[in-house]
Formats: sequence, C-alpha cells, structure tokens
Amino acid sequence: MLEIRDLVAAYGPVTALRGVNVHVPQGTTVTILGANGAGKSTILRAVSGLLKPTHGLIQLDGERIDRKSAASIVRRGISLVPEGRQLFTALTVEQNLRLGAFTRSDRRGVREDLLRVYDYFPRLRERMKQAAGSLSGGEQQMLAIGRALMAHPRLLLLDEPSTGLAPFLVRDIFKIVSTINRDQGTTVLLVEQNATLSLSIADYGYVIETGRVVIEAPAHELRENEAVRKAYLGY
Amino acid sequence: MGGIWQRARVSSLAWLGAALLLIIVPPWMAGGYRIFQFTFVVIYLIAILGLNIVTGYNGQFSLGHGAFYAVGAYVTGALMYHAGTPYWATIPLAGLTAGLVGFLFAIPALRLSGLYLALATLALAISVPQILKKWESVTGGVQGLVLTKPHSPIGALTSDQWLFYFTAVVALVLYIAAWVVLRSSVGRAFVAIRDNEVAAEAAGIPIARFKTLAFGMSAFYAGIAGSLSAFVVAYVAPDSFDFLLSLNLVVGMVVGGTGTIIGPALGAVFIEFLPSYSQDISRAAPGVVEGVVLVVFMYLMPTGVAGFLATAGRKALSLVRGRTVNHGAAGAVPPTLADQEPRAGPGEGG
Repeated sequence: MLEIRDLVAAYGPVTALRGVNVHVPQGTTVTILGANGAGKSTILRAVSGLLKPTHGLIQLDGERIDRKSAASIVRRGISLVPEGRQLFTALTVEQNLRLGAFTRSDRRGVREDLLRVYDYFPRLRERMKQAAGSLSGGEQQMLAIGRALMAHPRLLLLDEPSTGLAPFLVRDIFKIVSTINRDQGTTVLLVEQNATLSLSIADYGYVIETGRVVIEAPAHELRENEAVRKAYLGY
Repeated sequence: MGGIWQRARVSSLAWLGAALLLIIVPPWMAGGYRIFQFTFVVIYLIAILGLNIVTGYNGQFSLGHGAFYAVGAYVTGALMYHAGTPYWATIPLAGLTAGLVGFLFAIPALRLSGLYLALATLALAISVPQILKKWESVTGGVQGLVLTKPHSPIGALTSDQWLFYFTAVVALVLYIAAWVVLRSSVGRAFVAIRDNEVAAEAAGIPIARFKTLAFGMSAFYAGIAGSLSAFVVAYVAPDSFDFLLSLNLVVGMVVGGTGTIIGPALGAVFIEFLPSYSQDISRAAPGVVEGVVLVVFMYLMPTGVAGFLATAGRKALSLVRGRTVNHGAAGAVPPTLADQEPRAGPGEGG
C-alpha cells in the first residue's frame, strides 16, 4: 500500500533521513522503532506531506505522493496522529473531531464515523462539550486518534502515542489501535520508542538509527533479536 | 432546562431586533455632531469586525489595518472626485480593491508569523499615507480631496441622519455575512489554524489558502469602512489614515473582545467616545486619561467586554439555577466558544 524508497529529508542543514526504505502492505500494522532523534517522526512528516523530502519517493497504491500537499494526502486516505497530540486546545472535543473530517463532504459518513469514534472512546462522548485543553493526557491521546479517524483513513500514521502516558493507558490505546486495524481493515504505521508494546501489535518492524534502517524483520523475529532486545526491550 | 438558550433561532431573532433598535433610535435622540459620532461608531465597527476576522479568528496579527481602510477611502474619494461616481456605487469597488491589496499582501506574509507579521503590517500602515501623498494626480497629495456630502433622498431626514441609517444598514449586512462565514466550515478552518497550525495542516486544511482568504476578507471589511468614512466626512486626506488609526482598531478589537462576534460593536463605541470623554475630564492631558481607562479596562476585563459579559451572564444564570434547581446545574454551563460552535453550519466540509 505504502512504499517509501530511498527517502532523504533534512531540516535546513541538518539531515534527518539518509535513504530510508519502508514497505507497508495493505491491512497490516508496521512499526518503526528507534531512539530520540533517529528520524522516526521525520518519516511520518514526509509521508503526510508536512515536510518535503529532498530525495527519494513515497508511493501510495502506486501513485507518487511526495510532492503533494498535506490536504491532498489526507484526501487520498492518509491521516496522521501527530507527535505530542497537537489538539485544538481551545475548541471542544466534538469540534476537534469535526475538524478531523474537514476534507470530507459526505455528511452522513462523517456522522457515522463520529459515532464510531465515540464507540471506540466512550470517554470522548462524555466530554464532547469540554475544551480539548481540559482533558487528561490519556483522553487527549484518544482525541488525537479519534480526530485522525474522522478523516476515514485507509492508512493511519501514529507518532509516539505512548509519550507521557501511564502504562495502563498506553496498553488501552494500543489495544484500540489494533482493534481499529482488525475491524476496519485500516493499515497502521506506528512510530514508537516503546518497543515491547508496539512489537506486540505489529506484523512487521523496522529499527532506525541516525536516519538509516539498521534492522528490519517480522515483529516476532524482532522480539527475539539479540540487538533489539538489548537496545529497545531492556532484557 | 433552559430551552430558550438552546433555540438559536429565537436568540438570533432577539439579536436582530436589538440591532434594528440600535439602528433606528439613535438619530432621533441626538442631533448634529452626536449623529456624526454614532455614524463613526458604525464605521469603526465594520473595520474592527474585519480586523477581528484575521486577528481574532485566524490568529494573524495586523497592526496595519489603517492601510486597507485608507485604500477603501481613496478608491471612493478618487471615483467621486475624478469620475463623479455616486457615493453608494463606489463602496463595492472600494471593498474589493482593499480586499485584493490585503490578499496580495498576505501571500508574502505567509512566511511571517507573530511579531514579524506585526512588524510587516506596521510597515504597511506607515508607508501607505506617504504613497498617497506622493501620488498627487489621483489622490490630491497632502491637501487630499474635498468631496460633496451626500444628500438625503428622504425629505424627513437630514443628511447626517440619512448617512447614519445608510452606514448602519451596510454594517448590518456585513455583520450577518461575517456571522454566516465564521460559523461555516471556512470559519472553522480560520479558528483551527489560529489554535494549532500544525494540527490544522495535518487535518488537511489548506493553510495558505485560508490565511490569504482571511487577510483578504478582513481587508475588504476595512476597505468598506474607509469608503464609508470618505463620504461621511466628505473629505479624504493622507493624515487621517496615520498609524494611530491602525492602533485604534487594535485597541477597539481587544477591548471589545477578541474573537467574538459582539466584541467589535463594543470596541467601536469605546474608541469613538473615549477620546472625547477624555477631553472632558482633562483638557490638559487627555492621553493620560485614555491610558488609565485602557489599563483599567484590561485589568478588569482581560477577555474584553464581550468576554466579561459572557462570564457575568453565565455566573448570573448559574446563580438563578442554583437557587431554583440545584448546584449540579453549574456543570451544564454552555461552552465558552459558543460563537464558534461548528454544529451543522452551512457548507459542511469544503
């Protein structure tokens, strides 16, 4: 579904990615692991059109999207849950969700997706009239995911959803992500530092260091891999 | 509970009624100069409404709206003076020209934000009056252009009364138009960009398109205000559009309540009447009085008069409910951003 080939990206003079290849097959969950500053987020920013790569190509179902605008990439079915959640803090929960559906004109579909998001995250329904800024960290992450789902994506990009959350909340959120992947057939590309959990829901994983893929393998193999265990799983 | 508060139609009819009352009554309460002042309240209202769109709703700071106001005023002035165009016919062209200038200015300004954008708009406000002075053949240079004051087509009304009604109706139309746009998906995009530009872009909102649109729309409003001012005063001169005008519009917006629909009306009253009342209090140093009043206002009402009224209204409401029902009612308070409620507005998605 998503094909990233030889991707090079930079922030001004600082090169963040030095030729990355990632393949995300339809319907799967793929995770990209790596330490802070390894370039994980940059990959997602490039895929979602927030950053123009300096070299390489990104294809969605065979169509090049690396020169497209963020808006047109959302319309093509890719939706990003940004790092640090990035909510519209002064707006209510429901206003945030509706803004997630900004590119859509099918009112009925939007209505259905809104109800579906509330089913996945009943806490959001309880708080739909509250300002997003007043939510707890876990609720904010749920809202960020819910807002991305409102675009009705075929490919959901998640940037470090576990950041700053208590372990039980992280487990809940990962469970819901894998439910969405299973029930809706939504393909998931997940960037994480929490390797244990992300490898538990992923089919395939990549490990990147200083802008390069150093290991890639099916998730169960990565869990057994000596180097990955030492560096990211801590045992 | 509170069925009336939820029936938006009833409350918007009430607003419309109040607005009509405010339009019909003033000219009969006062004469001469007072009417002229009321007319200027209406003109400032339109300009602040425009500034509020780009700064209050879209979060792009402008210290230069006096420039768009000046463009509108000079389009009307030049058309009336050189081509003898009737005053009312110049208004749309004045608005569109100012809107176009605003839109074009916004394209390079897209790269600027916050204080840098404020400085760029400041530069605009400072340079436009000088351009007007130099372009003498059209603008009349430093002397400006003397225009004929429009006559009242209705015998019962004086020229001043007629101009008040005329500007008030223009303002009402523009007010409703702004209200409709700000409640539509366009307004939601403006607010989303103000609140979190990264998130707005990730949600698929075309940032550049909506930022330039907000600037253009905002300048259109300022241009119309300028156009009205030109024939109400019956004179345009570069020095009427100095930097102080831009600053006054910012003051009016902030005092009235940034990012609210009702704020511009309150702010317009403030900036029109504050200078003359300050004169009454201290002829020697009216600026000091203005400064003190402004500080007191900001201290007591940090969210503007509109924000203050909304909070006070809600407190009063929950007090009443608390006495008659129970204290749990306080939890059912309406959201603070009722103005931006996106529920089923016209033009869902876009």
